[in-house]
Amino acid sequence: MKNIVMIIIKKELARFFGDKRLMLTAVLLPGMMIYLIYSFMGSTLSGLFKSDSDYRYTISTVNLPKSISTLTGDMAADFTAIDVGKIADAKIAIAEKKLDLLAVFPENFDVQVAAHNPASGETAPHVALYYNTTRTESSKAYNLLTTLLNTYESSLANKFDVNAGEDPFNLATKKDASGLLFSSMLPMLLMIFLFSGCMAVALEAIAGEKERGTIATMLITPVKRSELVMGKIIALAIVALISGSSSILGTLLSLPRFMSATKGMPTAFYGFVDYAMLAAVVLSTVLLFISMISIVSAYAKTVKEAQTSVMPLMIVVMLVGVTGMFSGTAQTETLYYFIPVYNSVQSMVGILSFNATATYISITVLVNLLLSVACGFVLTWMFNNEKIMFNK
Amino acid sequence: MKDIIRVIGLNKSFTLSTKQQKLAKSREKVIHAVTDLSFTVEQGEIFGLLGPNGAGKTTTLRMLATLIKPDSGEAVLAGANVVSQPEIVRTKIGFLTSELKLEEFFTPNYLYNFFASLHGINPKLRDQRKRDLFEKFGINNFAEVKIANLSTGMKQKVSLAISLVHDPGIIIFDEPTNGLDVITAKVVTDYLIALRAQGKTILVSTHIFSLVEKICDRVGIIIKGSMAACGKLDDIRGGKTLEDRFFKIYSETMGVVV
Repeated sequence: MKNIVMIIIKKELARFFGDKRLMLTAVLLPGMMIYLIYSFMGSTLSGLFKSDSDYRYTISTVNLPKSISTLTGDMAADFTAIDVGKIADAKIAIAEKKLDLLAVFPENFDVQVAAHNPASGETAPHVALYYNTTRTESSKAYNLLTTLLNTYESSLANKFDVNAGEDPFNLATKKDASGLLFSSMLPMLLMIFLFSGCMAVALEAIAGEKERGTIATMLITPVKRSELVMGKIIALAIVALISGSSSILGTLLSLPRFMSATKGMPTAFYGFVDYAMLAAVVLSTVLLFISMISIVSAYAKTVKEAQTSVMPLMIVVMLVGVTGMFSGTAQTETLYYFIPVYNSVQSMVGILSFNATATYISITVLVNLLLSVACGFVLTWMFNNEKIMFNK
Repeated sequence: MKDIIRVIGLNKSFTLSTKQQKLAKSREKVIHAVTDLSFTVEQGEIFGLLGPNGAGKTTTLRMLATLIKPDSGEAVLAGANVVSQPEIVRTKIGFLTSELKLEEFFTPNYLYNFFASLHGINPKLRDQRKRDLFEKFGINNFAEVKIANLSTGMKQKVSLAISLVHDPGIIIFDEPTNGLDVITAKVVTDYLIALRAQGKTILVSTHIFSLVEKICDRVGIIIKGSMAACGKLDDIRGGKTLEDRFFKIYSETMGVVV
């Protein structure tokens, strides 16, 4: 009996690995596409917020007071004092992106500021900063000068300081920070990639064989339907795992670039136990996905029909995957780990944020395995049912 | 002689969907493909099921091959019941029909070995039988060519060889020469005669009179799912050609003149 299952697994794997085009579309392409897209998105995003480090901002000023000009020494900017009459020209230059910023101070700014009493109810001296958000350098110059002015303003009435000095005030460990980073993104990505990997192989191997009439040839051999089902599911799970790992590899390799984390991979914080738990969850999830998709595709008459019928399932999986992105931390109510698909997401969030417990992971894996076995029985019944298998 | 195939009161009906009803221009929801069909096949003979399209020949053979279950009645092949012991029946029979396809991705050689291992045949015996069968049907020339690239005739030959992979005692062939050119068809019919000489029992379905006259010992004429006549080929013919007898039986059964 084991022997027959092995023979079927071997044939299914030979079918997959012998087909270069299938290998390309199911294994190489997903990983490569994800890596390329994420890397591209990452570098575009960082390019959006980063400007040339050698760049010097061009700032025109009107009535720049002494008190401020002494503070601007650290800014990588060239200040040009202009007359009040040139303000209109400077504004046009900013709109045309030829100038980064125009700062207009009132005359005798320092005297006015010193004389102003906030309690009097009179309007405070006003500084106008003209800038252009469609130019990154202009926005940056605006932010820099605003910060500088705010700092100056608060230094005038320094009653107390918040977080002054070099003390590390943020007490989150580097481990926790990377845990947050991974647990918010990865579960959703994992679920989607694993599901699409399963879809890529299971539809073809069951609905496809049914459509082409090749499964009937297997059905007249003395092989038990249950052996056929087992062989198929195991072989498909292996292929889906390979396809899924390609996507995961692509994601992991591109994540640091995507997150602009240049100081190496923070995954180094995860230990052997974390990886083992993740592997168990992923494996059981793939088995469940494969058996669910197999049932759908055994019911369908053609691959096309199977593709359509599996869509609702895919949407549910994606939506559940997204919940992992916003939950922040994993559920602590045991009951949640009995809900298929959701339990996988929560377990992944738990493992990646270092909050997983053996109980939750075991429940998840067990529930997934039991459900896969149940699906196996349903599939065996379907393979035995002539109305389903020979429905044309 | 021993009855190796016994079919007693077999019934099979199919439910039509609304769409199928429209296509068939019929109000009836259920069609009776096979009605109270009984016959026996003796060991070592070639039995021909003759009938027009839609008579229920293929349905009968599919029930005997355990692909579909009869609504009622029973069939016993080499002592195994098709309903209660389908897995045993499958070890005893070789079944060939056009609906059984071979996976296009693989080569004849790979598929032969694969099905041999599913039947649990040891590699030595497998290779020996493969040599014989491949030689007989001239498969050696394209044994390593993917099924997808083979012609209809080549595919049929490979299907034939694979259906005989486990050296079955009973061979059930649905329209064995359909789609084959005259030369290949002759190879197949000659092989069926050779198999009979080895003591195998062969059940074929066909609508080709010449095939029945050439190879069959006994013949059963199926019309509208029921056995209209069954007996030794010469008895059925009664001195006339099989074709003439068939049309006579057909008119009597259907009440129309052909």
